[in-house]
Amino acid sequence: MAKNQESSKKSESPQKYDKKFLTGLLVDMLNIRRFEEKAAQMYGLKKIGGFCHLYNGQEAVAVGSVAALDLKRDYILTSYRDHGHALAVGMSADSVMAELFGKITGCSRGKGGSMHMFDAERHMLGGNGIVGAQIPIATGVAFASKYKGTDGVTLCYFGDGAIHQGAFHESLNLAAVWKLPAIYIVENNNFGMGTAVRRVSSVDDFSVKAAGYDIPGKVVNGMDVLSLYEDLKEVIADARKNSRPWLLDVKTYRYKGHSMSDPAKYRTKEELEKYKEQDPILLLKARMLKDKQITEDEFKKFDDEAKKIAQASVDFAEKSEEPALETMYEDIYA
Amino acid sequence: MAEIAIRDALRQALEEEMNRDETVFLMGEEVGEYNGAYKVSRGLLDTFGPKRVLDTPIAELGFTGLGVGAAIAGLRPVVEWMTFNFALLALDQVINNAAKMRHMSGGQLKCPIVFRGPNGPAEFLSSQHSQAFQSFLVHVPGLKVVAPATAYDAKGLLKSAIRDDNPVVVLESEMAYGWTGEVPDEEYLVPIGKADIKREGSDVTLIVHSKPLKMALEAADELAKQDIHAEVLDLRSLRPLDEEAIYESVRKTHRCVVIDESWPMASVGSHVAWLVSRNCFDELDAQVELVASEDVPMPYNHKLELAVQPSVEKIIKAVKTVLYIK
Ligand SMILES: Cc1ncc(C[n+]2csc(CCOP(=O)(O)OP(=O)(O)O)c2C)c(N)n1
Ligand SMILES: [Mg+2]
Repeated sequence: MAKNQESSKKSESPQKYDKKFLTGLLVDMLNIRRFEEKAAQMYGLKKIGGFCHLYNGQEAVAVGSVAALDLKRDYILTSYRDHGHALAVGMSADSVMAELFGKITGCSRGKGGSMHMFDAERHMLGGNGIVGAQIPIATGVAFASKYKGTDGVTLCYFGDGAIHQGAFHESLNLAAVWKLPAIYIVENNNFGMGTAVRRVSSVDDFSVKAAGYDIPGKVVNGMDVLSLYEDLKEVIADARKNSRPWLLDVKTYRYKGHSMSDPAKYRTKEELEKYKEQDPILLLKARMLKDKQITEDEFKKFDDEAKKIAQASVDFAEKSEEPALETMYEDIYA
Repeated sequence: MAEIAIRDALRQALEEEMNRDETVFLMGEEVGEYNGAYKVSRGLLDTFGPKRVLDTPIAELGFTGLGVGAAIAGLRPVVEWMTFNFALLALDQVINNAAKMRHMSGGQLKCPIVFRGPNGPAEFLSSQHSQAFQSFLVHVPGLKVVAPATAYDAKGLLKSAIRDDNPVVVLESEMAYGWTGEVPDEEYLVPIGKADIKREGSDVTLIVHSKPLKMALEAADELAKQDIHAEVLDLRSLRPLDEEAIYESVRKTHRCVVIDESWPMASVGSHVAWLVSRNCFDELDAQVELVASEDVPMPYNHKLELAVQPSVEKIIKAVKTVLYIK
């Protein structure tokens, strides 16, 4: 039977990575952070409406895992908390912000909004609004890769709340018996809306659920982008080579409420502050400073640049056109 | 009489029925500690404790099915679905089990369960979160379906639903939870299966249910200024349907516009329009018009999503069509 593993890579030296690679991870996380802050601000100004689920705090998960992929053949699917994944695969801040504004220049032509970022070319097959729905779909994408013999793997991200849906359990069984290269990533941020994991789950460690399907499971640190990257590298290589699924319980934390309308009264300020001490951006920055791979000035430059990109995306979205009324009849049938 | 919001009217109904009957309990996502995603169940966990107000995992099929089992074993569950979009995951238990238990057991079992939550579009939520599913549910013999749009009806119908010995689906509306209306201080019930004339008129009948009621009333106000007197008939109950009330009104006005925020094909609205065409054929002075959602998934863009849905303007236009006014 497959054995579960606990991530062993706690404080691997970043020295074995070149400055360029590490800077790439840092900049990607900064871009997401500043983008999300801008999105929150625009929500406050009513430029964005509806549900808007921010990714602050979880940046290392999308960035570290996508960095370990080969998006020419691999795919990702995620939930409605999808801005970070969209940016991580290289979708432009402009196209994501314009989507949030509901403009025709948005990645989904203003049809999808915050929960439905898609970029078929970049193999980002969506933000899905139904909790757990992307899990069987991702399983099908992995099936297609295997069927076509592309050696592609599929990363499927979902929340700790989604793991109790039947769709999760049915999918893992299918992926196990059909040996599909699907990697199921629980972005375990401790809460499904206002519900703490321990109130609705009989186990704290979701990786143990892998055993029920005789597939490997692993707990992964989701606040440390480098260790997460290394874990994912190994897991992806294994899934690709042996065509088999994995279940990863990635421990992370969301800084904001569930969505913009959630005041998050169900947790304490202290808890939030404690997590912010292991902020993924600050952790990587500290390592790079220590190893003299970055200076404070350089960091500030990257941060300013990230703010500029976010602001530019707002300017782009502002001056983009609304979709014409007749577009409501488009994009329904192929 | 007190003027209260629909969410509070619903909460009063739950509270009164839970006080009245020990077997009534509430379960769903975020109904307890969070006081409900839309605050309908505010305070109920404090009042009744965790035995009777249960926060479930996100597992619609599982907890809905659990409710069906509890109902056939003698309890009266109220299952809250955070929205009907997510209830799609639970429909197997509703349609294949709740609606069929009585029949499959040859009348031995009863399944007194309430399924409730917001149905229909809100705002800025795109295609997966903005759907009106009444036709999926009214289609099924064995279910009852009600669709209140005022505080009075919401409270009275939910109380009747909880006391009913059959599965009853209560369609609420996210956008309407804050709408206020008068509710008597003393206890009352609204019977399932009775429509209600919300405004009397002589020139045309507007048949409506759920939150478009407000639009229909606004349209009637507008039309009155042009000396066109619309009667607004609120169906309230979709299954059983109060056909007699429909025909009585149409026999009086001879013209009929049906309003339904669902897609137009095979909808409650199209069914009612057919009933009127068939059973009031000799009484009608014009074809029956249907004001429905455009036949498209809901776009996120606000201008588009408003254009997709019924509106006061669309209702007025349909009324003018059946009155042959240019
Ligand atoms: C099937 C379904 N049920 C309920 C919801 C409402 N809902 C949206 S997000 C959410 C919580 C999900 O939590 P989790 O899976 O932990 O993801 P997170 O938001 O923490 O990223 C709920 C209940 C939904 N969108 N879909
Ligand atoms: Mg979560």
